[in-house]
Amino acid sequence: MLWIVLAIVAVLIVIAIVTYNGLIRSRNQVENAWSQIDVQLKRRIDLIPNLVETVKAYAAHEKETLDAVIRARNAAMAAPSDPHAQAAADTMMTGALRQIFALSESYPDLKANQNFLALQEELSATEGRVAYARQFYNDSVLNYNNKLQQVPTVIFASMLKFDKREYFEADESARDVPKIGF
Amino acid sequence: MFELIRANRRKSIALVAGFVAFLALVGAVIGVLIGYGLVGTIMAVLISGGIAFASYWKADAIALSVSRAHPADPQQYQRLHNLVEGLCIASGLPKPRVYVVDDPAPNAFATGRNPRHAAIAVTTGLLAKMNRVELEGVLAHELSHIRNYDILVSTLAVTLVGSIAILTDVAIRLMWWNGGRVPRQGDHDNGNNPLAFVGFFLLVFAPIIARAMQATISRQRETLADVSACQMTRYPPGLISALEKLRDDTTVVHSASSATAHMWIEQPMSGVGDEGKLGRVHRLFDTHPPLEERIALLREL
Repeated sequence: MLWIVLAIVAVLIVIAIVTYNGLIRSRNQVENAWSQIDVQLKRRIDLIPNLVETVKAYAAHEKETLDAVIRARNAAMAAPSDPHAQAAADTMMTGALRQIFALSESYPDLKANQNFLALQEELSATEGRVAYARQFYNDSVLNYNNKLQQVPTVIFASMLKFDKREYFEADESARDVPKIGF
Repeated sequence: MFELIRANRRKSIALVAGFVAFLALVGAVIGVLIGYGLVGTIMAVLISGGIAFASYWKADAIALSVSRAHPADPQQYQRLHNLVEGLCIASGLPKPRVYVVDDPAPNAFATGRNPRHAAIAVTTGLLAKMNRVELEGVLAHELSHIRNYDILVSTLAVTLVGSIAILTDVAIRLMWWNGGRVPRQGDHDNGNNPLAFVGFFLLVFAPIIARAMQATISRQRETLADVSACQMTRYPPGLISALEKLRDDTTVVHSASSATAHMWIEQPMSGVGDEGKLGRVHRLFDTHPPLEERIALLREL
């Protein structure tokens, strides 16, 4: 009789350990994914100076466009870590970059320049990476919240100080369709 | 999408379990017909498993050298590397080694025993014919194979096929030499037992049935990889467009063989007479589902 009770207790302890470890792993993945977004954003910021130099070589008198990009970069570097400020800086950067690439349409020499093409490829790949990093963050949050809110775990989750995480949501202005003028 | 993936995984487990049950059935039949059922089955599984797992362990090196792939230079293949890196961020996988195969036919494959020892190869034909989103769809499909441990699953399937082939081969030979007598307590005479004939025919056809089951598992994992790819990119039209281009392209991959056929995204050799009376039988042994079916499934997402 005693053995049966001990066996049940042992099984329960094992289940508790396994569940706890699973939650820890999920939560750490969420935090890792969040900092990955910053890594990709920083990578984009780092590509800007090179882009500005290349464009200046061919289109030096397009001052406003170049200044807009430099301002956006400085704003992005100075922005505090809170998601809304980050998202606002991000939108400004995307807008300024779009102007530069539109600019290249009027300067065929710039458009054909190998360095410019490589930078264009890198920047659009980096935009993709930022988007994927945000997607991975949201997927990690989904996974973590699922584990947290399902039945055996939900009972003792708040006792162990595991709390629900928020999804990354696009800034309101990003939902407006961009106007493209020709 | 997530529901489809979960359903697909359940189906995988059911198929592999069914396969193991089939192996057990063959073992049991042999036990009844000639004795040594359990010992024979275990030995066959060990031999077949040993060979299969040796090739699984070295899967990446073997697959790459057979296809004559060379590493993709990051400078020359900048877009390819960028797309792979983006997808790895989306899925949380470590970045696999990237290779290129010089071949005008558009195709791609993934190999490696786990995500940390994985490699992806694309043909120069694929790079030339696909645009950015299509290439991304194809790469997501290949990465999904790595993420879902499909190389391990197909190694399991190959082990089971091999075990059945060895078992039935040896059993039939033993029956032939023994004249059909069971070497047990001596009170069993299977000469008049009608079930013995059924068992015998099962032994003869078991390898063929096993190959058909292996192909079914392969087709089902391909479908899973298609759906997983769309979950990774969140953009089904990319892969749909790539599959449509593959459907309309009829070039044949030269560096593929029937041994490696299952790894590529699309069947590298043209189907053996897909029309005609034996068409449906041939389709049972295809390693990939027909492109039309794959496109139709993805459109539903």
